[in-house]
Amino acid sequence: MIHFTYDKTFEGFLSLVSDSYELNLKPERITAPDNYQAEFFCDTFDVATDKEKSDELWKRLHEKLSENACRMLSTVFLSELPGIELLLYQFIDKALNSPQNIESNFAEPCVMEVSNIFKKVAREAQRTSMFVRFQKTADEVFYASFDPKYNVLPLTIHHFKNRFADQKWAIFDTRRKYGYFYDLDKVAEITFASSHINAVNGNIDDEIRAEDDQQFRELWKNYFTSLTIKERINRKLHLQHLPKRFWKYLPEKQPF
Amino acid sequence: MNPDALEKLKILASAAKYDVSCASSGSNRSNTGKGIGNAAPWGICHSFTEDGRCVSLLKIMMTNHCMYDCAYCMNRRSNDVQRTAFTVNELVELTIEFYRRNYIEGLFLSSGIVRNPDYTMELMVKVAQTLRTQHHYHGYIHLKSIPGASSEIVQKAGLYADRLSVNVEISTENNLKYLAPDKNYNNIFKPMKYIRQGILENTEERKKFRSAPRFSPAGQTTQMIIGATPDNDNQILTLASQLYQQQQLKRVYYSGYIHINNTDSRLPAILQPPLVRENRLYQADWLMRFYFFKVDEIVNDNHPDLDLEIDPKLAYALRNPQMFPVDINRADYETILRVPGIGVHSAKLIIASRRYGKLNFDNLKKMGVVLKRAKYFITCNELPVALTVNEVEPVYIKQFLLNSKNKQNHKLQYQYKLFTD
Repeated sequence: MIHFTYDKTFEGFLSLVSDSYELNLKPERITAPDNYQAEFFCDTFDVATDKEKSDELWKRLHEKLSENACRMLSTVFLSELPGIELLLYQFIDKALNSPQNIESNFAEPCVMEVSNIFKKVAREAQRTSMFVRFQKTADEVFYASFDPKYNVLPLTIHHFKNRFADQKWAIFDTRRKYGYFYDLDKVAEITFASSHINAVNGNIDDEIRAEDDQQFRELWKNYFTSLTIKERINRKLHLQHLPKRFWKYLPEKQPF
Repeated sequence: MNPDALEKLKILASAAKYDVSCASSGSNRSNTGKGIGNAAPWGICHSFTEDGRCVSLLKIMMTNHCMYDCAYCMNRRSNDVQRTAFTVNELVELTIEFYRRNYIEGLFLSSGIVRNPDYTMELMVKVAQTLRTQHHYHGYIHLKSIPGASSEIVQKAGLYADRLSVNVEISTENNLKYLAPDKNYNNIFKPMKYIRQGILENTEERKKFRSAPRFSPAGQTTQMIIGATPDNDNQILTLASQLYQQQQLKRVYYSGYIHINNTDSRLPAILQPPLVRENRLYQADWLMRFYFFKVDEIVNDNHPDLDLEIDPKLAYALRNPQMFPVDINRADYETILRVPGIGVHSAKLIIASRRYGKLNFDNLKKMGVVLKRAKYFITCNELPVALTVNEVEPVYIKQFLLNSKNKQNHKLQYQYKLFTD
């Protein structure tokens, strides 16, 4: 078996594809180095991330595919699903070796599957812009905990930066332990986990909460409850639109 | 915020909840510089109530005092409900604070009518104006236009709002008179025409001057109540289709009638709102807007009401077996869209993929086509898996599809029984 390992970055992955062409070897398994278990009859190649190689491959892909399709590939990579690297490898291999652009040939299984996963990841990114809930701290920072299924935070930063241009905000991905902070000028990556944040429900401690924040949370919860039309209650539809995994950080779904 | 804000919010939110319009889409207002907010053209829902409807905008009434007495409305003059009103500043603060916490996508402001239509609307416009000019707020604003409001005030509203709407509520003039004696048909359609006019003039102006302020960029919408009057689906959908064509409406909403005013003998005492009919009307509406159907292909004098058992597209296909089967590898986009079980998404995938080679059933399935329904209406690069609609009687296909649906329901019921016995 031919096994490639890399550093789990997109650049690293493109270097891996480039190396596999150079070695003329088709990977049968791709993982991070720490997942690596030595096996008999297994050739393992540890790929070093090389910016030059990855840039060159990225350029070649742009010659074969549209801008949209290339963005689709980098987005699908963020899904972090097991085996996603092999699927992307297949797609890239097909794209480079085919005389015409393959991106809209949905009869090709790997194109259809990449497109389906793209839809899922894009949906999760959209749900981030829907379900992130900020809490205001005493020093006027709007903080939110979030726990997305895929690693979609980088896809949503642009949206939040445009929308909340005149307030400081921070969004923290509690599953992947990193986040972003906007200081009214630029967005920077952060890796801290403040001791003032409740790990279970993502709430900030009362001592650092802004004075009027609790009041607006209460207003929102009450507003949400008043809006329901009792004659039309439809729990199945409710759960379909608002899956339970998002409830823990939503003020309106906390008990009164 | 005032301590009594909570009470007001509860009353005025539940007074506004029967308006079903919720979309925050269609406007592309960007945040210039360092203001707050922007409007995403695709719209964003921020939460969902337990009845499954989305919460996108802070949907609220300025006041629930009202001088009109419409039979179907919970805020009518003769109802004994607690009345209250928000001030302009309270609403502005509430909107901004909710928006900053990413609870909402914007404001949807409606109102009971106090003093006169113009006075009421002036107050509402004031809220939008304060948000835009004093708080540099670029988020979404939807204003309800009050029936009977003057052209000047509607013009002003259009400059601050992303979307305006006037509710038709009842689709025929006589029934409207009967249920809402203070309203009249003309007063409803007049503001609608002002808005249409404003949008048209604004489009012309913006062609000349890129910087001209926009007028209601997300267009206008309306709502009709379903099941409060004996109007049939043909009347409702024909009116909707006229509104789409003549007034260029973005959306018509259908709201299943809920029996709130129990004592009014003019209204039918129904226990459950007509949810299935409402759903079928939305399906028909989608056929008109995205599937190139004309209204008389969906309902007409021979079929004045939609079939509640099957969706309107399947009903159309069964009434017109001569149009089928459709060859997936050759037919044009609009014809493929008419096949039951194929939606806009899968139709587009089919068109894109068949340039590379012929498609078979397996490809179609992976593209999201519902073969269970579609197989009776298509041929592709493979032997057929079922008799098509022109080889057997359409009634059999309907029966067959309904039976398989019932079987699933039956199984479910059986499972329930295991637990309850």
